[in-house]
Amino acid sequence: MSTVLKAQHVNKYFYDPETFQVLKDITFEVQKGEFLSIVGKSGCGKSTLLYLLSTMDTDYEGAIEMAGVTLKGRNQDFLAHFRNEHLGFVFQFHFLLPEFTTLQNVMLPGLKLGKYPEKEVEDRAMEKLRLIGMAEHARKPASKLSGGQQQRVAIARALINDPTIIMGDEPTGNLDKANTENVFEIFHELADKGQTIIAVTHDPDFAAGTDRIIEMSDGSIISEHKNP
Amino acid sequence: MNIRIAAQIAQTHLLAKKRQTLVAMLGVTFGIAMFITMISFMQGVNQFLEDSALDASPHVRMYNEVNTQRPSLIEQLNPGGFNVVYHQKPKDELARLKNGLAIADRIAKEPGVLGVSPQVATQVFYNNGPIQLSGTISGVDIERENRLYTLTSRLKSGSINALRTNPDGLIMGSTLARKLNVRTGDKVTITTPGGGTRILRVVGTFGFGVGTVDNTKSYANLSTVQEILQKDPSYITDIHIKMFDPLQALPFGRQLRAEYGYYTEDWATANQAILAGEQIRNMLTYVVSITLLVVAGFGIYNIMNMTVINKIKDIAILKATGFDGKDIVAIFLLQAMFIGLSGGLLGLGIGFSLSYLLSITPFEAGDFLSIKTFPVIFSGTYYAMGLVFGVVTTVLAGYFPSRKAAKVDPVSILRG
Repeated sequence: MSTVLKAQHVNKYFYDPETFQVLKDITFEVQKGEFLSIVGKSGCGKSTLLYLLSTMDTDYEGAIEMAGVTLKGRNQDFLAHFRNEHLGFVFQFHFLLPEFTTLQNVMLPGLKLGKYPEKEVEDRAMEKLRLIGMAEHARKPASKLSGGQQQRVAIARALINDPTIIMGDEPTGNLDKANTENVFEIFHELADKGQTIIAVTHDPDFAAGTDRIIEMSDGSIISEHKNP
Repeated sequence: MNIRIAAQIAQTHLLAKKRQTLVAMLGVTFGIAMFITMISFMQGVNQFLEDSALDASPHVRMYNEVNTQRPSLIEQLNPGGFNVVYHQKPKDELARLKNGLAIADRIAKEPGVLGVSPQVATQVFYNNGPIQLSGTISGVDIERENRLYTLTSRLKSGSINALRTNPDGLIMGSTLARKLNVRTGDKVTITTPGGGTRILRVVGTFGFGVGTVDNTKSYANLSTVQEILQKDPSYITDIHIKMFDPLQALPFGRQLRAEYGYYTEDWATANQAILAGEQIRNMLTYVVSITLLVVAGFGIYNIMNMTVINKIKDIAILKATGFDGKDIVAIFLLQAMFIGLSGGLLGLGIGFSLSYLLSITPFEAGDFLSIKTFPVIFSGTYYAMGLVFGVVTTVLAGYFPSRKAAKVDPVSILRG
């Protein structure tokens, strides 16, 4: 097993309205193929940590290394390209582009990467949609889908470039029980196929189904344990 | 940066908000249409005034300036001394150009010269019964004069051949003829400043559309005027020259002056008022047009700003999935460019229609101007200028909101 993510002594401060340390000396590693969940109470800094890992937030101390690349001090264009190639996101509020069809939403990051011609990106997007059971909605505008459907499409979008890691910020936080189970099911299938997944959640059931749980409190990791 | 995806996203954004896109487009359309209409019309007016002035006046006129001031003999012999001379009469100097006909023939052979017309011009009184009007009469070789001013097309009645066959013929300015109450075939008595009189028959009337000419001028045969003035057949007072290129007339006039030593006046000097008016109208056109385009630009700026604010979640999601700042700028700049280009093209069409309508609108200008409809110029340059202006304004107006969009921090949006 190889290490795909390494965070070392990460500190993060908020300066407004007054200086406040959100993350305190966070150090952990993620192995390839691992399904990791980060849990903790609201305000413990778990989402902040995820956005640092996502490379979108660059204001921190310490070192983050992903897929063998050090991410500290890189410029925005490099990071954008890195995200495009190595990361897939699933957010709490599904965040599809409402004017585009389901298929286009999934295709966009793939077209941006430009690794495959458009036709092939489309085939791959359809394949991902089939994987999550949304193929029949491919031509619908994203705004016409239900919340749960949108979240599944967001997962397909995260998968389009075969990312090194998929990151989820409360991926089931806004869904009802049936949809939560559905989404969790999809995550689990992906993890079984060897996809590395990091999800922030406060749903104990969701966390219980993952390979490893990191528990945070007041900006520090307080416990870490593997699920059987 | 991948321009194709950016274009695809831009297109989807534009189509999703058709009404807003249309409003932004119409802002540009209106600005450009007005620009095209105004500039075509103003330049048409300029061109018309310039043409009528240029048509009625020679490009270069050579004449002998009679200088009445001359130093007295004693002043010449004892300069700076205590010399007192009362009531010195001017010398009897003729306004003639020596060897005028020979000079005219030589100038006609110079390159770039369209035509040369040597003539005798003098002030006269026109008498018809009790009416007495002052004016000028030009003794010309009507063939050569016709080559310069295309008199045939300006004749209101009669013909220029009648002047050639009738030594006592007279072609008179139309307004002057009306004031004298004479028509083709009537007789008019001419009185020169020297006191000579002659009865001439009106064989035609002309109208240049320039008040100062139609009101005062008549053409007669060169030899007739020389006779009235009691001068010899080589007596020439003016040489009128037309060039193929009016702009060449300015240096050519200076050259002739140096060559022959006679005073020359070019069309630009003779028509300074018209040229000054032209500059003012040009200035006005550009100021108004650019103001319109700037207003349209602010409209686009506003709409693009609103679009960026409305799409802030989309921008965050695009950035999160790997689109960089340049992609985001491209997406919004392409929208602005599309609005500018399509609005601009529509504006060109409407501008063309408006100018065309203007150019067929009847316009009664009276005696002073010889036009029946508004003068309008249709020139590709103005349309190209309008489009360039329109696109540049919209790109500028779209650039600042796009840059703002590129700077959106996705984390703060996505965390909700």
